[in-house]
Amino acid sequence: MTIHRPTIDRPMPAGQVGRSVPRLEARQKVTGRADYVHNLVVPRMLYCKVVRSTVPHGRILSIDTSAAEALEGVYRVVTADDIRTVVPNPFYGPAFHDQPVLAVEKVRHVGEPVVAVLAEDPYVAAEAAQLVTVEYEPMEAVFDEIEAMTSTAVVHEVLKPAGTFPDLKHLVGRRDTNIALDYRLRRGDVDAAFAAADHVFAHEFKTQQVMHTPLEPMVSLAEPGEDTLTIHTASQSPSFVRIEIARLLGWPENRVRVKVPHLGGGFGAKLYIKLEALVACLALLVRRPVKWSLTMEEQFYTITKHASTFRIESAVDKEGRVTGRRCEVFWNGGAYADIGPRVTQKSGFTAPGPYDIDNVSIDSYALYTNRPPAGALRGFGIPQLVWAYESHTDLIARGLGLDPVAFRRKNLLRDGRPQATGTPVRDAAIEGVLDDIAARMAWETPFDRGSGPVKRGRGIAVGFKASIAPTTSVAIVNVAADGSANLYLSTVDMGQGSDTAMAQIVAETLTLRTEDVKVVHPDTDVTPYDMATLGSRSTFHAGNAVKLAAEHARDQIAALAASLGLPPGSNYAPADLFKKKYGMQAGNIIGVGTYIPEYKSPAPETGLSDNVTPFWMVGGTGVEIEVDTETGHVRILRMVNACDLGRPLNPKIVETQISGAALMQLGFTMFENMDLDDGQVTNASLADYKIPGMHDVPDQMESVITEAEQKSGPYGAKGVGESATFGVSPAIANAIHDAVGVRLTEMPLTPQAVFRALREAELNSSTTSA
Amino acid sequence: MDASETVKKIRFTLNGRPVSATVESHVDLVDLLRRFDLGGARESCGQGLCGCCTVVVDGVAMSGCLTLAQLVDGKRVDTIEGLDQTGALSPVQQAFIDEGAFQCGFCTPGFVLMTHQLLERNPDPSEPEIRDYLAGNLCRCAAYPEIIRAVKSAASRMRASAAA
Repeated sequence: MTIHRPTIDRPMPAGQVGRSVPRLEARQKVTGRADYVHNLVVPRMLYCKVVRSTVPHGRILSIDTSAAEALEGVYRVVTADDIRTVVPNPFYGPAFHDQPVLAVEKVRHVGEPVVAVLAEDPYVAAEAAQLVTVEYEPMEAVFDEIEAMTSTAVVHEVLKPAGTFPDLKHLVGRRDTNIALDYRLRRGDVDAAFAAADHVFAHEFKTQQVMHTPLEPMVSLAEPGEDTLTIHTASQSPSFVRIEIARLLGWPENRVRVKVPHLGGGFGAKLYIKLEALVACLALLVRRPVKWSLTMEEQFYTITKHASTFRIESAVDKEGRVTGRRCEVFWNGGAYADIGPRVTQKSGFTAPGPYDIDNVSIDSYALYTNRPPAGALRGFGIPQLVWAYESHTDLIARGLGLDPVAFRRKNLLRDGRPQATGTPVRDAAIEGVLDDIAARMAWETPFDRGSGPVKRGRGIAVGFKASIAPTTSVAIVNVAADGSANLYLSTVDMGQGSDTAMAQIVAETLTLRTEDVKVVHPDTDVTPYDMATLGSRSTFHAGNAVKLAAEHARDQIAALAASLGLPPGSNYAPADLFKKKYGMQAGNIIGVGTYIPEYKSPAPETGLSDNVTPFWMVGGTGVEIEVDTETGHVRILRMVNACDLGRPLNPKIVETQISGAALMQLGFTMFENMDLDDGQVTNASLADYKIPGMHDVPDQMESVITEAEQKSGPYGAKGVGESATFGVSPAIANAIHDAVGVRLTEMPLTPQAVFRALREAELNSSTTSA
Repeated sequence: MDASETVKKIRFTLNGRPVSATVESHVDLVDLLRRFDLGGARESCGQGLCGCCTVVVDGVAMSGCLTLAQLVDGKRVDTIEGLDQTGALSPVQQAFIDEGAFQCGFCTPGFVLMTHQLLERNPDPSEPEIRDYLAGNLCRCAAYPEIIRAVKSAASRMRASAAA
C-alpha cells in the first residue's frame, strides 16, 4: 500500500533535512573501529572490581579486607571510610542525594557496592574481590510496591531530595516513609462523574522489573590531573556528570572534564550519574587513572525499569463517552531514587491516556523498596501507563459492545483540547496515528480467525508522552575559513543517529552537504551544556539549539559579506569572504544557540498547568497474532507501528528507531522478567534473561511515519526514540483477548500465563454451565 | 603454581600476518586481540551468547570471550579489522551501511563476520535461513529487519560479482 505523504516526502530547500543520509560514523561501525569507553586504556591505569551486598537490607557489622590486600598485585582496597576522605558527604543522585558512593553503615539492595578493589590486572582485582568478607545484620526488607506503602520496613530513614527540582522541596526531611514522592492531579469533579455514570469499569494492571542490557556494559574511567579530573564515561548525560561530580568534590565545574565517545547502547541505563562517582573518588584517592567496567550480570543490580501497579477506574455515559477517570499508580523504585520521582510525576500526569475526559484524578507514588534501583528506560514510565490504560480502554469497549477503534475515536483528545493537566494539546496527531494503524490493518475488513486449536486475533493501542520540561540545550557551530563546519554539542549519539540528524540541521541551514559537517563528540571542556540525551528530547531541544547556532553563523557570514561591500542576496562562497577579509585562508565564524522552551510548573495541590510540555509524542501499535490454545504460545504475524514525530529529519534512521523501539518493548512484553528471590536476581545473565533475537521479529513488520508537523520543532521535527514502545504491550494483550477471550493483566505475556488463563476460563465456563 | 607453568609463547597468523605473543593460561582471545590494538571483538555477555566477541579461527566463527588465547597457537585468526585491509569495504560491510543495519554499532562486527560465514556457505540464503544462522547474535537496538535486508542485499551483490 502506498500512502501519499506530501509533507514528509518533500525535502527542504537545501536538500539536507528530509534526506536519508547514512550515519556519519557508519564506516567506523562496520569496520569495528568506532570508539567506545569499553575499549579505552590509558597509561598507569588500575582496574576496579567491587564487592557487592549479598543481603537486600542490612546493617554492615564488619568488613575484613586483609586477605584481599595480601593478594599479590592488589594495589588498594577501598571502603566508604576512604571515600569520605575525598568526599565528606558521599551521596549522589539526580532527584535525591540518597545513593552512597560505597555503602555507608547500611545496605539497601542485593548487589549494592560495598568495597572497591584496585589492581593493575583486572583478573587480580576480580580474585581479590572474592576474598573480602562483609558481615551483615539482616533487616526486614520490602520488595512489593503496594506493601511498601504501609510496610514497617523502611528503606531510608529520611528523604533527601536534591535541590535541582523545585517541586521536590516539600519532601525535605520527611521521615519513616517509603513514599519518595506523592504526585497528585485533580481536575473537574470526579466523584460527581462517577455518581452520574451509566457504566463504571475498574481494573488493576501490573508490570514487571526488567533491565536495559546495553551490549556495551556500563563503564567509566577517571584520570586525575594536577588539580583537574577527566572522566571518560559511557554516559548519556555528560553535562550532568560534570555538575554532579563538581558538587561532590566541592570544585568549580571547569576542573571536571567529561568526555563521551560512542555508546554501545543506552536506553536510559547510562543516564545522570552511575559509575562516575566511584571512579572519580578512587582516581583522586590513589592519584592514578581508574577504570570500572561492569559485567552483564552487574548491570542488573545497577539500574532497571520500574515494576508498577496501576489501578484505573472509568465512568462512562450511555453514549460511550468517558466522563471521569481515577488513576492510582505505584512505581517500584528500588533502593535508590535515581530519576524515579521524575517518572512518577512527568509520566504520571498522562496516566488517563490521550482521551478527552473532563473529570480526572491521579495519584502517582514513587516508592522505595529493597530491590535494585529503577530509573529511566525508553519511555520513562509511559509504556507502563499505556499498558494499563489501553488494556482498560479495550475492556470498556468490549464491555459496551463497541468496536475498540470506534470507541477510541469517540473519546480521543483532539487538537486544541485540554489534556488532564489543562495544557491544550497542539501538534499531536493522535487521531492520525490511530487512523494510520487502522488503515494499514484494514481494521474494518473481516480477517482469518484461524482454525482448530490455533486462533487468530487483532489488537490496537495508542499512547502519548509529554516531553521533559523545562530543559536547556546549547550548541556551537564553528565555520572554518574554507567554509566547512564543526558542530560542538553535548548530545550523545548512543545509536539513535543524533550526530547525523544534527549535522543535517547545520547543513540545511548553512547550505552545506551533511557529510561535510563534523560533529565534535561531548567533551565538557569543549562542547557546551546539554541537559541530557533522554526522553526523546534531543531532536527538539538540541535540534532547536543547533538550528539557532547555525542561523547565528549564517547571519554573521551575511554581515561579513555586507562589510566587504557585497550587496545583499549576492552569490558568494564563504571561503572567498574569509580570504577577502583576512588576505589568506584564516579566521572563524562562531555561531551560538541556546534553547529552552517555555514551561509552567503544575500547581502543587491540583497538578494543573496550562503549559506543561513543549511538545507531545504519539505512538501506536496494531498487531495480528496467533494463539496456540494447546500451549499458550503467541506468535506475532504482523505488527504495525505508527508515530507522530513531526517531519522526519532522516526518514531511514527514523524508521529504524520505530522498529527498534517496538522490538525492545516486544521483549519486555512477551518474556523479559527479572526473577527475584529475596532481592537476589536469579537470572542476571543473557543465558537466563532472554532478550529479543532474530526469531522474535514478527513475520511482517511495518513502520509508519504519520503525516505531521511540530511547528515549534527544528524544521518541523520532534523526537521519536521512545514513541514506538507505547502501544506494543496493550496491543498484544488486546489481540490475545480478541483471539481467545482471556485477559492478561500482568506482564510478561508468557505462554505459561496465556495457558493458565485459558484453563482458568475453561474451568469457569464448565462450572457455570454445570 | 609457578608462572612458567601457565605462561606460554604462542605464534599465530593475525589477519594474514604472522605474529607472536606471550600469554597466561587464563587470558582469552578478546584480551589477546586487545594487545594487538584490535577492538572490534568486544566482550559483552561474557557467556558466548551475544556474538559481540565473534572472531574467526581457522575459518570458523568463535566466541572470543570463551576461547582461551593459548588455544590459537599455530592457527589463523581473522577479525573484523581484516576485512578492509585493501582500503575497500567488503560487500557485506557496504550492504550494512546502505541498509542502515545498525544503530549503536557495538554488535555490528559480530553480525558482519557471521554474515560473511553464512554467505560463504550459502550464497543465496532464504529469510528463514538468515534468521536461523544469525540467531546467535544479539542486537539490543534491534536493527534486525535492516540486518535481514542487508544480508539479502550483500548476497545478491556477491552473487553478481561472482558471476561477472
